[in-house]
Amino acid sequence: MLLIRCPYCEAERPEVEFTYAGEAHIARPADPSALSDDEWRDFLFIRTNPRGRHFERWRHMHGCGRFFNAVRDTVTDKFAMTYKAGEPRPSDEEIALAGSATSVGEARP
Amino acid sequence: MSNFRIAGKGRVNRSRQVRFTFDGVDYTGYEGDTLASALLANGVHLVGRSFKYHRPRGILSAGSEEPNALVGTDRGNGRFEPNTRATVLEVFEGLKTESQNRWPSLTRDIGAVNDALYMLFSAGFYYKTFMWPKSFWDKVYEPVIRNAAGLGKAPTAPDPDVYASRFAHCDVLVVGGGAAGLAAALEAGRSGASVILCDEQSEIGGSLLSEPAAEINGQLAWDWLEDANAALAGMPNVTVLPRTTAIGYYHQNFIGLCQRLTDHLRIVPEGAPRERMWKVRAKQVVLAQGAIEKPLVFAGNDRPGVMLAGAARTYLNRYGVKVGNRVVVVTSHDSAWHAAFDLAKAGVEVAAIVDVRGTVPTQLAAAADALRIRTLIGWTVTGTRGRLRVSSVRVNPVGAGGKVGSAETIACDALLMSGGWTPSIHLFSHTQGSLTWNEDGQMFLPGRGKEDCCLAGAGKGRFGLKAAFEDGAAAGAAAAADAGFGVEPPAYHVEGELSFTGVTGRELPTDRDLGHAKAFVDFQNDVMAKDIRLAVREGFKSIEHIKRYTTTGMATDQGKTSNINGLAVASDALKRPIPAVGLTTFRPPYTPTSFGTFAGYNKGALFEVTRKTPIDGWAEENGAVFEPVSLWRRARYFPQGGEDMHAAVARECKAVRSSLGIFDASTLGKIEIVGPDAAEFMNRMYTNAWTKLAPGRCRYGLLLGEDGFIRDDGVIGRLAHDRFHVTTTTGGAARVLNMMEDYLQTEWPDLKVWLTSTTEQWSVIALNGPNARKLIEPFVEGIDLSDGAFPHMAMATGKICGVPTRLFRVSFTGELGFEINVPARYGRAVWEKLFEAGQRFGITPYGTETMHVLRAEKGYIIVGQDTDGTLTPDDAGLSWAIGKTKPDFVGKRSLSRPDMLAADRKQLVGLLTADPKTVLEEGAQIVLDPNQPVPMEMVGHVTSSYWSAELGRSIALAAIQGGRSLQGRTVHVPMPDKVHSATITGMVFVDPENTRLSA
Ligand SMILES: [Zn+2]
Repeated sequence: MLLIRCPYCEAERPEVEFTYAGEAHIARPADPSALSDDEWRDFLFIRTNPRGRHFERWRHMHGCGRFFNAVRDTVTDKFAMTYKAGEPRPSDEEIALAGSATSVGEARP
Repeated sequence: MSNFRIAGKGRVNRSRQVRFTFDGVDYTGYEGDTLASALLANGVHLVGRSFKYHRPRGILSAGSEEPNALVGTDRGNGRFEPNTRATVLEVFEGLKTESQNRWPSLTRDIGAVNDALYMLFSAGFYYKTFMWPKSFWDKVYEPVIRNAAGLGKAPTAPDPDVYASRFAHCDVLVVGGGAAGLAAALEAGRSGASVILCDEQSEIGGSLLSEPAAEINGQLAWDWLEDANAALAGMPNVTVLPRTTAIGYYHQNFIGLCQRLTDHLRIVPEGAPRERMWKVRAKQVVLAQGAIEKPLVFAGNDRPGVMLAGAARTYLNRYGVKVGNRVVVVTSHDSAWHAAFDLAKAGVEVAAIVDVRGTVPTQLAAAADALRIRTLIGWTVTGTRGRLRVSSVRVNPVGAGGKVGSAETIACDALLMSGGWTPSIHLFSHTQGSLTWNEDGQMFLPGRGKEDCCLAGAGKGRFGLKAAFEDGAAAGAAAAADAGFGVEPPAYHVEGELSFTGVTGRELPTDRDLGHAKAFVDFQNDVMAKDIRLAVREGFKSIEHIKRYTTTGMATDQGKTSNINGLAVASDALKRPIPAVGLTTFRPPYTPTSFGTFAGYNKGALFEVTRKTPIDGWAEENGAVFEPVSLWRRARYFPQGGEDMHAAVARECKAVRSSLGIFDASTLGKIEIVGPDAAEFMNRMYTNAWTKLAPGRCRYGLLLGEDGFIRDDGVIGRLAHDRFHVTTTTGGAARVLNMMEDYLQTEWPDLKVWLTSTTEQWSVIALNGPNARKLIEPFVEGIDLSDGAFPHMAMATGKICGVPTRLFRVSFTGELGFEINVPARYGRAVWEKLFEAGQRFGITPYGTETMHVLRAEKGYIIVGQDTDGTLTPDDAGLSWAIGKTKPDFVGKRSLSRPDMLAADRKQLVGLLTADPKTVLEEGAQIVLDPNQPVPMEMVGHVTSSYWSAELGRSIALAAIQGGRSLQGRTVHVPMPDKVHSATITGMVFVDPENTRLSA
């Protein structure tokens, strides 16, 4: 069971308090009627589904109730960082910095 | 009865004899025995029959890796467990055990004919042997295999035991209580860190329990162990958990521990949990799980009496049991020699040590000479004999160039083998840690880790007590330091070390045809070396594929004794080195774990909450039959005087249509939407227009997903300019609130709106029927209920029966209706008051079944029953609920996608069967031409279907392609009894002009 840091509660909490909410940074278009059918299809259904770093949304369902964003590796399941809804997609440097601050050390062989 | 117990040896409690049975025969053992050691003490080696071939099998090991000795155990009172490993089962007075997979008896087993038919069961037999002729599959092969193969029998009664679970946190978790684990726990404990030490065995000590002669820092091993246990017991920061298996290692140092609490007790305290699942979050983990001895692969290596040399040594030194009177040892590794020496010193005749290596350490050869043990260096084993127990072993010299010389037969009643040791890296593997192949040791060792953990001792290839102690102490100190506690690990001085050099054998060389050798690799799944070679010949190259095709390593032991041997055979057949062939992945649980432990407290009433309304108790007292609706239990109908559901529902429907019914609608989801932007938020969420809805009025609201499909619906009242009382479907409340929160928090954070779930704050009493107003009028204060002042779809706040109410004039039945919301704590009192006063109108409580019929008669849909996530508002005939002038709402853009406008979309319509008495099955498929060939083209399905007492006939709703344009058309509904025909109609069957609503 993962530990997830809620950026609003500013605390790590066990995964059972959270629900997953899909890919992050897919904003609802301000005027959907201006979109072509293909553009609207892409907004509705097309997701990156990467192997590796994924920007995604979570909700601290059984806590503060807030939706927030996270950077997680889909191979290792590890969270690199979490941040508040509405904040911009973090840069590689920010993710690396956050990752080194919070990630666990490598095992001693 | 033979006695193989040796005086003065072992740790079992000789003053506490226990009686137990195996296959109905009485035996005695001692407290501290496992079933395996107690059976061996009685000379019993034959304990079961194998999975596929029903070959007689004995006891291979002395630990949890045991693949063969699986028994059924009966602890009384319905406590039956199959496939218990005899090597870990502690005996107690009155224990009943039985062998498995045999009929009629263990010694005479009909299924053993499979052994002669072994060609049928070769690699991949699941996929090929039984495929032809096809018609034989379900008649002959499948039942025969089901009957013949498999392990144990499932208990038939529900598990009567209770299981506990608990969360725990610690600085250092040490898994394994052998030399390395003890040393780690001692150092971490001394540092002041909080420590949990767990070990799967009944006693902490690991291999030390089998090494009484070793000396540690000048103390005999068992004395040292006693002191170490006492030291740990004296540390308040250390928790020691024997009989506790670390079953899985999950993310971020989250480890599951299964603690067995009562299986070893003769008398189980009432209510005591059988097992406890510890869910431990550790800052640091030390894995000290030791190593597992490998069998050798040669013909007849599975006969009862053939066992691992280390196991024989454990039975001798720990349990005081000799495994035979005349033993032969065959090995590729030094450690087995020590088993021979210990047995010889205990008076057992060791007929020979056969070592397949060309040379052995000189001190071993010298020690064997001193004990007058014959040694055959550079020899091989090519077969064994003995029907139910090994009686002789066939050995041959191997000459230069690998030529196998002529055979010699040596009589024996036990054959001890060792192919070296496999570090137990299972838990490390659970963390996705990488493994590296160690060519010298011929073993996989832990590589790069992914968690805060380290390994110590034999589990990472450091064999021998001194290495284990010092490695463990260093690991414990380092883990404590990483968790913020400092300590300096000590040095250990050990006398009496075993020697640990050796080679990992391939299949032993033989002078016979390897293609016919029954040389087993996986004992539990009955996989032989030749099966693996066959898989390679048939084109399998990946070890993951070979594993699945042959099933090697796929039994409940996860190949603890077989993986490396299987890999070596595959590597030889593929002519590729072992690391290039790769290792299969280990997965939790480490050993078989009862379902009860995983379930813990979450069973029966605690498996899932049952939500009950404040009026539920009244319904129960008045004979309601309940049904689950999401997590709620709801009254389905109220039978009177032996009525069945049909009769009760017909009576309840009639009462509502003719006079008055009362219904508990408290489960309806309720959300309070408040704020200056509440109407704007509603406009964006729901299809309908809300701006012009006046306070004191209600509107039917329809909620779509962004994909344009119906998600939920409900009546929504406007209490004030900035306040809406939203109702949702019973099952959709949480989903709808989550969706609203999502949009509010992430898409429109600028809107000043607050959402509150109020479902459980209100009791809702629905009154329906022509007499509804007459009933409540005397009880209502502050609201003019006349039709002009309070028309259909009006709402107001006031008082009823002296308590506050939000009163809605709404109807889900087509009759004059009111929904009375009162604070939940008054729900039952108001209900009872109205029920009492309603007697003069023949007030009738009704349940969800009647509610379903009444609403279907009016063509009111139920989201989730008449819709399935693929219907648009237009499909459901609800285009009128869309605010046409609104620029946007959730799902609006999707409604103009081309597919959403297609003429052949399924549309909701009514159906009237040709035979009015036929009630169609909900979910039944609909076809246009009943005479077309199968598979027929289906054009829709029945979504709702009931008997309508009002109409004296059946009615149904259905989703049919282009249904609205097919009004009057006859369609056909194939059902099991016959094909029924029906006519497509409109959806409203009763009072289409809605005259009753405005009564
Ligand atoms: Zn939070």
